Amino acid sequence: MTDRLDGNAIAGALQEVFGREMTTATGVCGHCGDSNRLGALAVYLAGPGTVARCPGCDAVLLVLAEVRGVTCVDALGFADLQPAG
Amino acid sequence: MERTAVLGRLSWRFATVLEVTAETDQTHSIVLDAPDWPGHLAGQHVDVRLTADDGYQAQRSYSIASAPSDEQLVLTVERLDDGEVSPYLVDELRAGDRIELRGPVGGYFVWRPTDAVPALLVAGGSGIVPFRAMLREHGAAMSAAPIRLLYSARTFDQVIYREELLRLAARDGIDVSITLTRAQPAGWHGYTGRVDTALLRQVSWPPEEHPAVYVCGPTGFVEATANALVGLGHDPGRIRTERFGGTS
Repeated sequence: MTDRLDGNAIAGALQEVFGREMTTATGVCGHCGDSNRLGALAVYLAGPGTVARCPGCDAVLLVLAEVRGVTCVDALGFADLQPAG
Repeated sequence: MERTAVLGRLSWRFATVLEVTAETDQTHSIVLDAPDWPGHLAGQHVDVRLTADDGYQAQRSYSIASAPSDEQLVLTVERLDDGEVSPYLVDELRAGDRIELRGPVGGYFVWRPTDAVPALLVAGGSGIVPFRAMLREHGAAMSAAPIRLLYSARTFDQVIYREELLRLAARDGIDVSITLTRAQPAGWHGYTGRVDTALLRQVSWPPEEHPAVYVCGPTGFVEATANALVGLGHDPGRIRTERFGGTS
């Protein structure tokens, strides 16, 4: 499955990791500087992990991987990440 | 030792199937008894997890079809022939079965009765599911915000919630437009053909009115629709999308 989905598709995984609703959080792309709600990211579920990319420049912002039932997140691409108030 | 719930943590819970009803050949609604359901917002979804006898687990996300004010939690699931979870949910699930779910999740693709601006909802196929929750909520809360729904289905038989949509359309403040892309029954007075710029221009609020726009359906449908709306002058930041995958 290589289809592009939205950040909605990883709402549950994000909430599990961050302990709060994150699709309304705002992330700033470290590559192009675009600011987006996480619900608007381009999400790809294919492969061993889940990848979320910037909808503007396609840079990888976030990688989710599940290892033995534990969800790990690498928010490597964000210059800033602010949960909704 | 008694477990302590961590604030905000999601936990899996079992829900019991009360009833399964066919909406179309490919789509069933699953009415659930979910004890201690914390409530949800229209447009949110749940993660459903199935566990095989050998311990293999598969998990998918499904939009909630019921309004927050409805008594029972309802999911509407379309069978994907190459799917791993949906064929079981559509074909095998019976009243009395239990499924594991967690949620509600998501806060981005939601509509609240306090939202005062006009809303445009554009659905492709089973993309209608979260919009049914929104339209029900609109009615239950007696919202004054005008809502327009544009729903694209292949045939009349594949229009999900057909009777209910017609009933909802009779309410003040709700406009429902259906376009049938493959075949139309005799005497069909609705739209025909795919959702394109011309149809969106005809049905949608003008961009100057700054409507909230929600688009839900297969990936190809959502991308084409969102691009057409931006082409018409809608602010991309006001277009919220939910893609299911699939390109049809």
